[in-house]
Amino acid sequence: MGNPNRVKAESGIMRWVDDRFPATQMWQDHLSKYYAPKNFNFWYFFGSLALLVLVNQILTGVWLTMSYNPSAEGAFASVEYIMRDVEYGWLIRYLHSTGASAFFVVVYLHMFRALLYGSYKAPRELVWIFGMAIYLLLMAEAFMGYLLPWGQMSYWGAQVIISLFSAIPFVGPDLAQWVRGDYLISGITLNRFFALHVVALPIVILALVVLHLIALHEVGSNNPDGIDIKSKKDETGKPLDGIPFHPYYTVKDVFGVAVFLFVFAAVVFYFPEGGGYFLERPNFEPANPMVTPDHIAPVWYFTPFYAILRAITFDLFGLDAKFLGVVFMGGAIAVLFVLPWLDRSPVNSIRYKGWMSKVMLILFAISFIILGVLGALPATPMRTAVAQLCTVLYFAFFLLMPFYTRMEKTKPVPERVTG
Amino acid sequence: MADNGVNKGRRRLLLGATTVVGAVGAVGVAVPFVASWQPSARARAAGAPVSADVSKLEPGQRMTVEWRGRPVWVVRRTPDMIERTENFDPARLADPDSQEPQQPAYITGPLRSVRPEYSVLIGICTHLGCSPLFRPEPDDVDMTAWPGGYFCPCHGSYFDLSGRVFRNVPAPLNLEVPPYRFDGDAVIVVGEDEEAA
Repeated sequence: MGNPNRVKAESGIMRWVDDRFPATQMWQDHLSKYYAPKNFNFWYFFGSLALLVLVNQILTGVWLTMSYNPSAEGAFASVEYIMRDVEYGWLIRYLHSTGASAFFVVVYLHMFRALLYGSYKAPRELVWIFGMAIYLLLMAEAFMGYLLPWGQMSYWGAQVIISLFSAIPFVGPDLAQWVRGDYLISGITLNRFFALHVVALPIVILALVVLHLIALHEVGSNNPDGIDIKSKKDETGKPLDGIPFHPYYTVKDVFGVAVFLFVFAAVVFYFPEGGGYFLERPNFEPANPMVTPDHIAPVWYFTPFYAILRAITFDLFGLDAKFLGVVFMGGAIAVLFVLPWLDRSPVNSIRYKGWMSKVMLILFAISFIILGVLGALPATPMRTAVAQLCTVLYFAFFLLMPFYTRMEKTKPVPERVTG
Repeated sequence: MADNGVNKGRRRLLLGATTVVGAVGAVGVAVPFVASWQPSARARAAGAPVSADVSKLEPGQRMTVEWRGRPVWVVRRTPDMIERTENFDPARLADPDSQEPQQPAYITGPLRSVRPEYSVLIGICTHLGCSPLFRPEPDDVDMTAWPGGYFCPCHGSYFDLSGRVFRNVPAPLNLEVPPYRFDGDAVIVVGEDEEAA
């Protein structure tokens, strides 16, 4: 019965299921016989942690929806109602708001791991692109979610970001109005952002996570040495340097989860506002279209790109500074998508790349962090100059990559994975 | 299945025709979903003109009215304010003659107003939509020869009392002047053009 090519249980209830649904086959393909390189290190915790945070966001998000009121009149009060009157509402909301920041922490570390070990390189280009699509939608999800509490920073942050659309020549103002559904950000905007945040984007993100994992399991995981473990197999066809994901890495990941939850719980219980970076102070006042907060800063995970936006203060190629800032900000994200084709190095891992790649990656990481700090601060001429320098370094990492990865002398790659 | 007797040309034509019709249908289906995001009839009605009684406004004072949810400033300028604005060095302004389409056609000159005494501006910074602060007097801003005007605290843009933007600030354009007209001496109708009166 069923597909004879599938692996099936010998008998019993699992056999009945396997004749109708490839449960045992999937279990083996993705867990018990998915061979992952045995030399995973610290950097390999963050994929599974991202999955954990995703589950946290969905679970707490569904519960928040039960008490939240997505209207301009009721939104702010309903969040206060959740915080004060709903049983454990404060905990569920803080899990969700802290989870948003935690999501970006683990995703940024997960992406940096890919940069370190060349995990985006062939044959993993689609793994990378699906991942980047998840990252892009995650930013949209976080942005729309931030409007929902309908506080001052929700309102004015959204005002700044939506007005980015109006910088686009010709169609800009109409496009911004179409996104808002009104002449200004109003309850109409709030309602559609709620629908997108709660229904549309989570569905797409979940689908992309599935695609990300299917693509990964099709080509196999990279490792800190960046070498292909499938080229050295034993007589049964199992990679010599591979170990089954389950139980070896499920156990490792459970340890990572335990450590992560210590830190996460400490933030949720003792620093849920993250010093004004996870929940910004102006957001404790209801949205008021007539009063702008003294200083508008996006939440910390957007600040590197916001700093790039603000760094463009000059006109270029007949384009005005405002539109050019949007172009550079978009470009900073778009360039990540083509990364697999920018890296021309014969080796994958930073361990065997030359000094130029190492220097460029360090400069990139430092400039990204500096941009993140600058994006959270009010602009001054000095800070703008630093942001401009960091913007140059940010783009240099990508745009010069085809040259320095080819020019530099790489180290010989080992036959088998090292420690 | 065998290929016997299959007319591949006809099959391709039917396949192509079906795909095209399907694509047209998909575009048609997309129309209501895309159009549904446009401002609704109620939102459009809420964007109707508003009237402001300016008879109680003292010289040098500013009042704010809300039009389409945006703050509209009405400032009754003193003769000194008018003089400072008119005599300000145009080289320090990005668009001193209002060349960019940030105002109705009947708004011209350095004062950018229908009547010199009343300046009407939309109080939203043209950079990224913050609301600039009113700094009308020369001492209000630490700048040589500050003519009085507006300072945006978000990203540091400066505008004069006519909403004209300074050079070398993040904001690219002058503050927008909404369409407005006077209804008698004491009432300003924001959202309606002069000609429509």
